[in-house]
Amino acid sequence: MTLNKADVVIVGGGLMGSAAAFFLRQRGQSVILLERDQIGQYASGVNFGNVRRQGRFLGQLELANRSWALWKRLPELIDDDLEFIASGHMRVCYREDEIAELEAYAAAPEAQQLDLKIYRGSELHARFPFLGKDVKGGSYAPHDGHANPRLAAPAFARAARRLGARIEERTEVAEVQKVNGDFSVTTTDGRQFSAAQLLITAGAWGQKLSAQFGEPVPLETNGPQMAVTEPVPYALPTVIGVYTKIPEEVIYFRQIPRGNIVIGGGYRSKPDMLNRRAYVEPRSILNQLDQMRRLLPGVGNLNIIRVWSGIEGYLPDSLPVMGPSGNVDGLYYAFGFCGHGFQLGPGVGDVMAELISTGSTSTSIEPFSIRRFASTAEQRSKAS
Amino acid sequence: MATARLSNHRVVIVGAGPAGIRCAQTLVAAGFKPVLIDENRRDGGQIYRRQPEGFTRNYATLYGTEADKARDLHESFDRLRPQIDYRPDTLVWNLTPGQLCCVSQGLHSTVDYDALILCTGATDRLMPIEGWQLGGTYSLGGAQIALKAQAVSIGHRVVFMGSGPLLYLVASQYLKAGANVAAVLDTAPLGLRIKALPKLMARPGLLFTGMKLLAQLYRAKIPVHLGISPLQVLGEAVSGVSGVRVRTAAGETLTVDCDAVALGYHLRPETQLADLAGCALRFDEASGQWWLDTDEEGRTSVSGVYAAGDGAKIRGADAAEHAGRLVALALLSDLQQPVDATQVTAQRQALKVMDQFRLGLAQAFPWPAAQAKALPDEAIVCRCEMISAGELRRTVSEKGACEVNRAKAFSRVGMGRCQGRYCSQAGAEVIAAAAGVHVQEVGRQRGQAPVKPLSMLTREVTP
Ligand SMILES: Cc1cc2nc3c(=O)[nH]c(=O)nc-3n(C[C@H](O)[C@H](O)[C@H](O)COP(=O)(O)OP(=O)(O)OC[C@H]3O[C@@H](n4cnc5c(N)ncnc54)[C@H](O)[C@@H]3O)c2cc1C
Ligand SMILES: Cc1cc2nc3c(=O)[nH]c(=O)nc-3n(C[C@H](O)[C@H](O)[C@H](O)COP(=O)(O)OP(=O)(O)OC[C@H]3O[C@@H](n4cnc5c(N)ncnc54)[C@H](O)[C@@H]3O)c2cc1C
Repeated sequence: MTLNKADVVIVGGGLMGSAAAFFLRQRGQSVILLERDQIGQYASGVNFGNVRRQGRFLGQLELANRSWALWKRLPELIDDDLEFIASGHMRVCYREDEIAELEAYAAAPEAQQLDLKIYRGSELHARFPFLGKDVKGGSYAPHDGHANPRLAAPAFARAARRLGARIEERTEVAEVQKVNGDFSVTTTDGRQFSAAQLLITAGAWGQKLSAQFGEPVPLETNGPQMAVTEPVPYALPTVIGVYTKIPEEVIYFRQIPRGNIVIGGGYRSKPDMLNRRAYVEPRSILNQLDQMRRLLPGVGNLNIIRVWSGIEGYLPDSLPVMGPSGNVDGLYYAFGFCGHGFQLGPGVGDVMAELISTGSTSTSIEPFSIRRFASTAEQRSKAS
Repeated sequence: MATARLSNHRVVIVGAGPAGIRCAQTLVAAGFKPVLIDENRRDGGQIYRRQPEGFTRNYATLYGTEADKARDLHESFDRLRPQIDYRPDTLVWNLTPGQLCCVSQGLHSTVDYDALILCTGATDRLMPIEGWQLGGTYSLGGAQIALKAQAVSIGHRVVFMGSGPLLYLVASQYLKAGANVAAVLDTAPLGLRIKALPKLMARPGLLFTGMKLLAQLYRAKIPVHLGISPLQVLGEAVSGVSGVRVRTAAGETLTVDCDAVALGYHLRPETQLADLAGCALRFDEASGQWWLDTDEEGRTSVSGVYAAGDGAKIRGADAAEHAGRLVALALLSDLQQPVDATQVTAQRQALKVMDQFRLGLAQAFPWPAAQAKALPDEAIVCRCEMISAGELRRTVSEKGACEVNRAKAFSRVGMGRCQGRYCSQAGAEVIAAAAGVHVQEVGRQRGQAPVKPLSMLTREVTP
């Protein structure tokens, strides 16, 4: 009989859970990772693939920088480069006043490692001659890039397994509780697992488990919309995205060396949480076509060959829930990455492993604490 | 009383082939005015494809033994046209519950429906062979379309290889058109044909037509080999196909020189729209592929969504006409309209005979599943993305992907322009063989929009 006990049980095998399993094993912790379906099947496997730091909340850049350093070392760490290319990322805008905002971001002390450079006017169009004439300026991040999401979580999980982690797919956790100092985890098929520490990396489902420990969060689910073209000769190595406050103007694209152009942005869909599928909103795809023709006029002759979406968890302040529980010792969270967790994945795994093994982290994750929702809940109850 | 309700009920048919046209006709007779959408410029569907306006070949030349049926269908359609909302040259690229997304000549529009009848037909079913990515390799259907629509041959010396009735039909059509048919190479052995005879006798006329085709080929001294195993399409990347190599039933290696080869193993249903609508599919043992899970009359698992013709169940063109009528009657009865019970019985009876025949065909010309296992590692499985059998096998052995969509995510097989139409069934066989499980267990590739590539020039119709 296999012993269903480990130092750490991880619930949820997306990129966060898989990376955490790997780094925990590196630190010598015994690990059991429980995944309801298949490793990396949800957001982690279907996202756009942006490995982008610029544009993030400034207080998140320290974590993003730590992750970026790991992305660079992936072949040596997990024996797979996940097709990561640090090809550069360009954040462009359609209005002069937005250039000032990009400049302010680039000047922030937190953004120093990004080496951002602002382009405008003729210099911009000389450097990126394929951009539409509406583009007024942009911020270029030479070290950001993109990778293949379909490979990411499974590769981390395989590497973790090679280091001795136990990974159970098609294992859905129904109930979590703490009894006599240990966490007891019950699956829907009636199996029991136990551990001294518990990490919840259940993505868009994270709040279902945090609520079982009395820490509900106002998590909302959305399906960002993606499309990909047929292959054309590789000519656009830079990932390009539009910075705007108008939702339908949001559009981003990247070309992979095989030639296909991957596109994302615009209106999101409401996922069907019962069947666990996020559908494509046809009007969103039509909007993407409009926006792409504006951003990259040469794209008109291409065809879209596939569209898709995925389920992602969002918090009202667009920041994840990450760090120790506010209520229960030995309980940790890392979920709800609000559409930008792919780049953070390796860093989140590393930081959570550090936190769980040592009790503290060398990287600040304070802004992401689940306690920020506890206090609003308290205030609300006081006010009423 | 009924008419008031009827005029409000929006019935949309996708596909103007034999199934779709007979369906529309039955609905019009009952007082409906259905919308009929088809991607083609003209009606007729696949087999009764009408030639482009301005071409003047006669029915006998175009449709051979099926000329009368073709004429009858076209004339029915011409009479029907003022009574339906016909939208040719319109691709349904996606759908959401109650709404179809259509593109016509670069313009996008939506069409709302209360009832949807999918008559989307079938396409060639292919099994890879080493070298099939070389220029000059076509599907049997593609070879036939070149001849029917454009009156051109795919090459000067053509080999027909695969199995199924279409193999002999297209070869003899080429022969008749004066093309040089180098050989007909059938993977099905003679013995199976004999075993299947009792079932094939369900439609003696069709069986006789088939034997006549074969006799024509023999009379013209075309080499016909049964029970072969395909080994390789020979040639160079630049110059294309120069021959094919097979192992004969006697175990000898046979090389046939040619500059074009037409491949095919019968047909596979076009189920993407039904899949996007959430309709259930089920594995059909006889043909070894996934079909729509409909009842005998064409109701899918999703209420308000129906299917008929080869898109639901591959039984051929005559069956498509019956199934088209029957599905319309099913919808009428679901809408509590009066339905002539004898009509329903007649269609069901006719379909029963055709079911028997299709089982005979499946037995006589089986899908060569074992070929996938024998495929050398270097052979390309997915021609859009140029992924080899070896790469696909490694996703199973090294990455543990024992499910089709998982293997697609890791290897890109089925991710290209054809959306897996031409490789996903063979890919599933390769995965199943590598994983040592039955092909049903590795599942099927989930349908994803767009059903066909969507031009980025597409604009919304401004109301
Ligand atoms: C379409 C799309 C595009 C995106 N684009 C980008 C991008 O370009 N760049 C970027 O940085 N980020 C992007 N993101 C966000 C990024 O993909 C996510 O933030 C990240 O993958 C989250 O990883 P995760 O491991 O937290 O979640 P997930 O990948 O959702 O993993 C959570 C896992 O937990 C499992 N689980 C849930 N409940 C249970 C339970 N009770 N028992 C067992 N298992 C359970 C689930 O099955 C799932 O596999 C995008 C997201 C989407 C959907
Ligand atoms: C290439 C090929 C050649 C064949 N040749 C022969 C032959 O010579 N003899 C013979 O007996 N049988 C032949 N068959 C089989 C025969 O065509 C079918 O049995 C018969 O046509 C089935 O009729 P149907 O109405 O079900 O579908 P079809 O006749 O195939 O009609 C389906 C229609 O749906 C339309 N459609 C599908 N999807 C969409 C969409 N998303 N949006 C808009 N329109 C759509 C298509 O354009 C098509 O017109 C052939 C099949 C193929 C694929």
